Amino acid sequence: MKTTVKILKKPITSTFIAILFGFLVAAVVLVFAGYNPWQSFGALFNGIFAKPKYISNVIIKATPIILTGLSVAFAFKTGLFNIGAEGQYIAGTIAAVCVGVKFNFAPVIQIPLVVLSGVLAGAAFGGIIGYLKAKFGIHEVITSIMLNWIGLYLSNFVVNTAVYHQPNSTSSYAVNESSFTMLLPNWKASKAGMAALKPNKWLYEMMLKTDVNFGILIAVLMAIVIWFLLYRSTKGYELRAVGFNRDAAEFAGINVGRNITQAMLIAGALAGLAGALAITGTSPHKISQMAAFENNGFNGLSVALIAGSSPIGCIFAGLLFGGLLYGGQSVQQDVGAPTEIINIMIGTIVFFVALTKIVPSLADRLEKRGAHHVK
Amino acid sequence: MLSKILLLLGITLMYSTPLVFGALGGVISERSGVVNIGIEGMMTVGAFTAAAVSYFTGNPWLGLLAAGAAGGLISLLHAVASVTFKADQTISGIAINLIGPGLALFFCRLMFDDATMTMPAKTLPKLFGESGFADSPLKNLNVDVTVVLALAVSAAMWFFLYQTKWGLHVRSVGEHPAAADTLGINVSRVRYLCVFASGILAGFGGASMTLAIISQFTPTAISGQGFIALAAVIFGKWTPFGAYGACLLFGFAQALTIVLGGGDFAVPSQILAMLPYILTIVVLILFVGRSVAPKADGEPYEKGVR
Repeated sequence: MKTTVKILKKPITSTFIAILFGFLVAAVVLVFAGYNPWQSFGALFNGIFAKPKYISNVIIKATPIILTGLSVAFAFKTGLFNIGAEGQYIAGTIAAVCVGVKFNFAPVIQIPLVVLSGVLAGAAFGGIIGYLKAKFGIHEVITSIMLNWIGLYLSNFVVNTAVYHQPNSTSSYAVNESSFTMLLPNWKASKAGMAALKPNKWLYEMMLKTDVNFGILIAVLMAIVIWFLLYRSTKGYELRAVGFNRDAAEFAGINVGRNITQAMLIAGALAGLAGALAITGTSPHKISQMAAFENNGFNGLSVALIAGSSPIGCIFAGLLFGGLLYGGQSVQQDVGAPTEIINIMIGTIVFFVALTKIVPSLADRLEKRGAHHVK
Repeated sequence: MLSKILLLLGITLMYSTPLVFGALGGVISERSGVVNIGIEGMMTVGAFTAAAVSYFTGNPWLGLLAAGAAGGLISLLHAVASVTFKADQTISGIAINLIGPGLALFFCRLMFDDATMTMPAKTLPKLFGESGFADSPLKNLNVDVTVVLALAVSAAMWFFLYQTKWGLHVRSVGEHPAAADTLGINVSRVRYLCVFASGILAGFGGASMTLAIISQFTPTAISGQGFIALAAVIFGKWTPFGAYGACLLFGFAQALTIVLGGGDFAVPSQILAMLPYILTIVVLILFVGRSVAPKADGEPYEKGVR
């Protein structure tokens, strides 16, 4: 009994229950639509694990949403709802492209410069949201939503300026090769590199068929940094105190307004980093005309929610999410069921994440009933 | 000049209508204490249902009703989560935003030969018929019937919230559910009904996109209107007319960009397109000040807990 209660009380149990329900509901919808759910899920897992190339692509797909997920999760922990990760991500891509196209230093200088400019642009977008909330009391959700759109149109504007527009295309120029953060991009395509990789089939396929890049390492590193910042530093304590109880924090001498602005600066920086790394790490290394959002930021919301706003959890939630998004394409190819089944599945998982929050309190009740019996 | 002003007015009304329905849905739900961030998803479901039903039956009015029903149905998910299970309303709202478009596109592909858009559907009539004022500048005011419906629903909701007993119940549940409970008001039932109503309205909002502005459902038919509506709710301080005004302002800014984009000014169209969003932020900084949500907004009600 005690162990059952203990297991039920672990947040991760709720998450697994939610994921289970996600698959269950997706199966029901698939049956309803006349598809074989086993076949569909088989195609999904094949699309994730069957080839080294797939696994590598899942990780590549997961990298930006781990970071935007972190951005949202961090904001959640400080009591803010960062629905603006989308705009901050876009700001990061814009700045990275602008700097990466304009300058061409040695990679040692170029890469940090390009990535940092993306981080700063994202931080600026986030900072505006925080400042307006701290100074004028404007709800962060409004400014976030507005800035998402401003970011989208700003990106389209930059794509179409004479300086950055690549003629006869709907996109900007690609950033200079010195900004690339793939793993040994030149060596792997060279004769020597190919020869060295050839004996190992796994490495060969991963390295040559996908954009293996350093992004995932940075994403994992950032998750650890954010965890440390939140739980092992004075600043993090202040930020969480403001998020937990604004009035109490103020009474304890914490400057609430400044903390809100700083929290959004950091959240924005994380989303901007995601955008910059997407530009430097994956082809086509440029921004294109957008008609609608590409959802790298909005997917971060789901990642943060599935992770229960835990920074480390974002890594796993991001990988799960990246896997579902990437593997989902195979469902359509192999079984013919619309890929949107994946969106329904992800939505259901998030929905049950909300519902299963009550599992721990149910477990509590179970425990109390147990205690009663003992008496 | 007159024709331009009338054009501006016409486009303003056209663009603001889906937002108004969405925002009114947000108002009624949040007034009862349930944050509804899932308006976007509910609108998408409504938009698809409206176009599909209108296409298959040839009757756009049936499409409108079906859209309301579909929006209401999906909103029940949100109601179950946030009222019965006392779940986090933001999370469940985001889930709706994922499930709604997912379902809409899934069924769209099933019904329309794997295409992500429906065939063109029959649209709702214009206010003065198809050829009203065909030759005068006044034709710009020959707006869709949904425009009038939106205004009527706003007025009705104002009357309901502030002039009727039931409206008082809704507001008291949103402000202080425990006090409302002691007066014998069924908090759960009020919240269920309000969330349901918000789903119906959001469904209408989606329908007024696909049955009036564009005549089919596409994956981008609803792209962000639900979120703008959400902003309008906060901007309008959780009142029906406030939200209506916020939507009008937004529609106006959008109309401005279209009228100004006609070549008279040397402003790039992408910069003009930002105008509505920048304007909203500026207006908020200058005029509105702190917006205060209903006190119990977003908080599940637990009987007997202080």
